Amino acid sequence: MSATAVRDPRWAAVRAGLYCGWIETRQAYTQPASLLFYLTVRVMYAVALVWMRGKTVPGTHFALGAMVLPSLLGMSIAFGGLAGPATAIAYDREDGTLLRAKATPNGMLGYLIGKIMKFALTTLIGIFLMVIPGIIVADDLVFDARTWLMLALIFVAGMMSTVPIALALGALMKSTVQSMMVILAVVLLIAPSGIFYPLTALPPWMQWVGQAFPLYWVGLGARSAMLPAQMAGAEIGASWRSVQTFSVLGLWAVIGMLLAPTLLRRMARRQSGSALAKVRERVMSKGY
Amino acid sequence: MVPRSEIPAIALEVRDLRMRYGTRDVLSGVTFTAERGEVLALLGPNGAGKTTTIEILEGFRARSAGAVSVLGTDPARGNEAWRARLGVVLQSWRDHKFWRVRELLAYLARFYAPFATADVARPWEVDELIGVVGLAMSAHARIGTLSGGERRRLDVAIGIVGRPEIVFLDEPTAGFDPHARRDFHDLVHRLSDLENTTILMTTHDLDEAEKIADRILVLDEGRIIAAGSADELARDLTTPAEVRWTCGGRRHVHAVREGDPTTFVRDLLSQNPDVTELEVRRASLEDSYMALVRRAQLRQFASGGEPGAPAANSPEVQA
Repeated sequence: MSATAVRDPRWAAVRAGLYCGWIETRQAYTQPASLLFYLTVRVMYAVALVWMRGKTVPGTHFALGAMVLPSLLGMSIAFGGLAGPATAIAYDREDGTLLRAKATPNGMLGYLIGKIMKFALTTLIGIFLMVIPGIIVADDLVFDARTWLMLALIFVAGMMSTVPIALALGALMKSTVQSMMVILAVVLLIAPSGIFYPLTALPPWMQWVGQAFPLYWVGLGARSAMLPAQMAGAEIGASWRSVQTFSVLGLWAVIGMLLAPTLLRRMARRQSGSALAKVRERVMSKGY
Repeated sequence: MVPRSEIPAIALEVRDLRMRYGTRDVLSGVTFTAERGEVLALLGPNGAGKTTTIEILEGFRARSAGAVSVLGTDPARGNEAWRARLGVVLQSWRDHKFWRVRELLAYLARFYAPFATADVARPWEVDELIGVVGLAMSAHARIGTLSGGERRRLDVAIGIVGRPEIVFLDEPTAGFDPHARRDFHDLVHRLSDLENTTILMTTHDLDEAEKIADRILVLDEGRIIAAGSADELARDLTTPAEVRWTCGGRRHVHAVREGDPTTFVRDLLSQNPDVTELEVRRASLEDSYMALVRRAQLRQFASGGEPGAPAANSPEVQA
């Protein structure tokens, strides 16, 4: 480390955060336990796609796998943006990482940049890994300039609509056990998200629930990027509804960014050595 | 080593500090100062208010009343530039366990680079620092695989990576074996002698406080009951001397409450030539401190748990 020309403390913190995000991404893919987790999920997707080979969307000649792949991609974005940050913040609070950040000048800024960087990178790598099994159904998918632009936009909008709100929720949870509830809720929301089962086939109230959350819209956006135009007919309103997609995701992004700084600050204020010692006593006596 | 002309001679000033939870004062009338380069130990039994005090000074806890100045700034209003001049050694336990020792130090060092001044080169050069705390062999080890003592040395390294002007350590040697403890004491001396760093540490170990500190503050029930060097404490804290003797087949005991028992003994011997079995006993500093600790434990036991800690917002929990 040399004290090079970095004179602005906040800029130094941002750069440190990017470095942190890079290191933690590398850890995610080199630690056996977390690598196993990342690969297992991808392998499950691949198996599902292989299993769907030869099957078509009912009433059409369109490969079922080609329909599901963009949806899975959308789900990866939303799930990566929600589940990771919500649990990370609870873990980092209980193991002292957040207190460490608080004791460092501009450490909280570096911490947040690091987390956003990490979840963006791991999600992005996950998406690229899905392209490999995707080759099986590539014939039915559209890959042109619009596809890539739309996917990039959906990725950015998906991360922005999920990471801040997930950080806010994580800051609200009192323990790692509670933060698992956030994951459970996200898993439950997959049912009315149109990823495994078209939303149009669900009762109206479930359609409303599904459309209230980012999961459905990120999936819809990914389908609009990769599927031929006529497949829009299977969606609600027989349209890709791109305007609505970005409006709803934008709204979630705004809600998240309004809530996250306040809740994170409130949580950070409560961090202290004695609060940490209390957690340690709980973990030592109860085991969680 | 590094001239630090811009730092005032008083690094730490606490006047009439009070911390109140509900109706109970966990700290009251705490007053002390620390000069630049001084090593101060805050000594006291569990529940005396040590951690609360140090957390207020670190800016992690809001106080109820009193004036506090750390490096000329009120911790409640300290900004990031102020924080960069502070070192906090946390009682951490498992954070960043997938990181490697050198990686984490290099990462945290980055935050301090913009705060370097003409006098203070910040941050500490990472490889040099790793050598100073004796972790050269483990520089590339994963933090999760370090032993307890190595982990503590890393915590100290993190606390000083920004070349702080003042360092706060809360029970830094808890769980150390004697060897690690001595290494740690050497490191503290090096910091205060060579770097002119002010150090405030809490401990409940009198022996450690005597070895390491220029001055000891004894905290009991949220008040400073004695302060000074180990010798001065011995005078302040010790109980009256007891003089015992036998005269005419009877055993006598007399407690000398004020001053030196020598005068009493001289008078006694000159007036009673047949005094035998003369004994003068004075409780050692250790005896007095252990009495204090026992009293605190009894209090804790009587109140059925942590000493007067309001259940919802315990002021101090020590591992």
